[in-house]
Amino acid sequence: MCRVIDLQQAVLAKNDACAHTLREDLAARGTAVVNLLSSPGSGKTALLERELTLARSRGVPVAALTADLATENDAVRLARSGVPVKQVLTDGLCHLEAEMLGGHLDGWLPSDTRLLFVENVGNLVCPASYDLGETLRIVLASVTEGEDKPLKYPTAFGLAHLVVVTKTDIARAVGFDEAAFRANVERVNPGVEVVLTSVRGGEGDGVLLDRALAARDGGPVHIPVMTRQSHHVHDVGHRHPHDRGTADRVADSGAVGSSRS
Amino acid sequence: MHEMSIALAVVDQVESAARPDGATGVSSVRLEIGELAGVVPDALAFSFQLACEGTVLAGAELITEAVVARARCIPCAESWPVGMPPRLSCPGCGGASVELLSGRELRIAGVSWHDAQVPTPTHEER
Repeated sequence: MCRVIDLQQAVLAKNDACAHTLREDLAARGTAVVNLLSSPGSGKTALLERELTLARSRGVPVAALTADLATENDAVRLARSGVPVKQVLTDGLCHLEAEMLGGHLDGWLPSDTRLLFVENVGNLVCPASYDLGETLRIVLASVTEGEDKPLKYPTAFGLAHLVVVTKTDIARAVGFDEAAFRANVERVNPGVEVVLTSVRGGEGDGVLLDRALAARDGGPVHIPVMTRQSHHVHDVGHRHPHDRGTADRVADSGAVGSSRS
Repeated sequence: MHEMSIALAVVDQVESAARPDGATGVSSVRLEIGELAGVVPDALAFSFQLACEGTVLAGAELITEAVVARARCIPCAESWPVGMPPRLSCPGCGGASVELLSGRELRIAGVSWHDAQVPTPTHEER
């Protein structure tokens, strides 16, 4: 006998549920996660090392977990800051998932950690789909990558709470058009803040740390249009897609709080 | 390519739903994929075949339905297809008070499966 079942289940429901639990568990102990996404070579590690060093000098308890397909090079670099650092090797997997992250934190993450920076696998496609229980998602692009990067990777840039431009010290040499980049970001994620940084040039010193601490302490976090929906497409639920009420719409674009609820 | 992870998640969820119901085989799985879901249907179809092997879904067909991404400007009360790359600021007023109506779906809509023939009533049914 053949049956057709109207399942209506979000494919990433399990990851989203894990992420939700992780966010709540970490919040209960005063830790917020910052998820850093970018293409390989955009300067995530150099910028993070600077921000971790700054956190340590200010006495802010932070930790960092860095994911790569292979090598412990990034952890060695980040550990120079003196804060707790963990390298995760994904054995070829192109992204981190919430359950994997949670497993790596067990027995490692110091209990007084206020911010956990997660340097995701260098990739602007796959990691974009996975909520890691972060409070702040930062997407980075270096000035060498082209102003149209946000248009080529709209899901990654469209879901960012903060966009960071790196390596601005060489912007002039590579002919980086800041206005065009900003316009492209605005197209896929209207209203998101774009900040300029350069580790070598000293630009934007502390900007990651400041934004992350503000978000951890309950300050306003940008809500990307892509996450403003009458019902979240990842929710576990059996509601028909057309069964949309208006009561749960996020009507206020300036609303404060987690955008990935 | 995270389509293999997506395919494994689909297989896992369909198995969880089908096994307790006594399914003996799954003939098709219908999946809604939004334009902004970040999933490539062809890559997913390839991964799905592999992910199904050795499960109750072996040989199942994956039917994908593309969902067009649409957004709505709240002050203007106008909606538009956002296109690719998406335009998520209002084309009318240029504002950012916009919500997404559709486009990020990655949802198992329906599953078609076979179950064992309903056995003829036996002595157990007393």
